[in-house]
Amino acid sequence: MSVISRGFGGRRGESDPRVPPGQYLTDSFPVLSAGPTPQVELDDWRLDITDVDGTRSAVTWPQLMGLPSEEITVDIHCVTTWSKLDTVWRGVSVDTLLAGAGSEADFAMVRSYGGYSTNLPLEDLLDGKAWVAFEYDGDELDPAHGGPARLLVPHLYLWKSAKWINGIELRVDDEPGFWETLGYHEYGDPWLEQRYSGD
Amino acid sequence: MTTTPVTEPSPRRRRSIQWHRARLQDSWMETRTARTLVFDVPGWPGHDAGQHVDVKLTADDGYSAQRSYSIASVPNSSRVELTVQAASGGEVSPYLVHDMRPGDELALRGPIGGWLRWIADLEEPVLLVAGGAGIVPLMAMLRQRNHAGSSAPFHLVYSARTPDHLFYANELHSIGQNVSGVIIDRLYSRSGLPDDPRPAGHLRPADIPEANSTAHGAPRVYVCGPSEFVEHATQILAGRGHLPAAVRTERFGPSGG
Ligand SMILES: Cc1cc2nc3c(=O)[nH]c(=O)nc-3n(C[C@H](O)[C@H](O)[C@H](O)COP(=O)(O)OP(=O)(O)OC[C@H]3O[C@@H](n4cnc5c(N)ncnc54)[C@H](O)[C@@H]3O)c2cc1C
Repeated sequence: MSVISRGFGGRRGESDPRVPPGQYLTDSFPVLSAGPTPQVELDDWRLDITDVDGTRSAVTWPQLMGLPSEEITVDIHCVTTWSKLDTVWRGVSVDTLLAGAGSEADFAMVRSYGGYSTNLPLEDLLDGKAWVAFEYDGDELDPAHGGPARLLVPHLYLWKSAKWINGIELRVDDEPGFWETLGYHEYGDPWLEQRYSGD
Repeated sequence: MTTTPVTEPSPRRRRSIQWHRARLQDSWMETRTARTLVFDVPGWPGHDAGQHVDVKLTADDGYSAQRSYSIASVPNSSRVELTVQAASGGEVSPYLVHDMRPGDELALRGPIGGWLRWIADLEEPVLLVAGGAGIVPLMAMLRQRNHAGSSAPFHLVYSARTPDHLFYANELHSIGQNVSGVIIDRLYSRSGLPDDPRPAGHLRPADIPEANSTAHGAPRVYVCGPSEFVEHATQILAGRGHLPAAVRTERFGPSGG
């Protein structure tokens, strides 16, 4: 539907082809979360990885720090319509974390401290498309932005990049996570404007 | 007051959230920089208190910008009320506050959001903590409580910069005076009234009731406002014994008020 709003001019800067439809550029880093920011001590931090057959393993903070990490420069897009270009993160590739697991899985449920979860097709987490990030812009990741560690899946809307990550559960079938149950899109491709269920 | 937990129905599921044509019907200034806009939205499916809409403004050459705004009004078929704070230098809010005239149109889609939501079947006490424009969805809850004749105890803690920045000032005053079961606390972060016993300043622990201070058990808590306000308020809430699972938040981003 195209409804013209009389007298609206807008602030059109240079249109940047890296900004998906319906998004605008921001220099700040707004926050979207459903509850209080969990405070997680590094000594207690765990990332549980559960395979389809129920096999579990846990990564501790020192183990995460011991894995090869990468600097990642990516554009990020939040469903609340802001985008940020060239954000710089450091994290461990999900390929590294899942090495050896998940041969029969097609989906993943990612869980967080605080009880949130989000679902993704497993292939969206693999082949260098996703990381468990623990630094933003050269500093340790602020708790409000998901620290100590969050998932980073920059090609999907940012709610898929679960903050305060503490588990990846590999699955044969798909099931909606927290925001997806509350009406957000099951996949969340910003280029297709998949904001809400049914888009 | 019954102690049976009420199971909360999940938000109405529908195939997709439609765009609607919304025509500005009426409006008034809440403060010098905030305006309530009343839209006529034919085909509006109704909403629950706390939900929001996405608003899309389109210029005559097709350029468009989209932002989220909470719904201030109680559920109604075809009428949607928003209250918008003008962010200086902002793209969308100054148009809504200063430029849009009755009869002008925009596209709007919703209702959105199943988490920051209150329905009148819930009987437990409610604590609302609002910073700046964060009052909007919480006001919808308070209005819905009174509209539906609910007797759930409500306590609103509303922080604004100064008395001149209060939204819904007369209505809140009247509810505070006349509606039993509702407590309304207004706080000022920059400067308050001359006879205010509370010195102006940001939210402090003493401003927030303890989790065990109501006779009916710990309240369900809703916090809304700019990100820093929500971050600060949720830390105070934790210190006052409110469990994280009882606290629902909505952050308006850096510019929400
Ligand atoms: C779920 C939700 C509900 C919300 N509900 C409400 C509500 O009920 N009421 C309400 O008032 N708000 C609400 N908001 C906030 C609202 O969505 C907007 O973020 C807000 O109105 C600012 O939008 P804007 O387009 O005016 O400002 P933007 O253009 O987004 O700019 C924001 C700020 O950044 C600065 N800025 C950014 N880029 C530039 C630039 N290039 N040049 C100059 N300055 C710049 C501006 O000074 C401005 O102050 C809500 C947000 C969310 C996520």
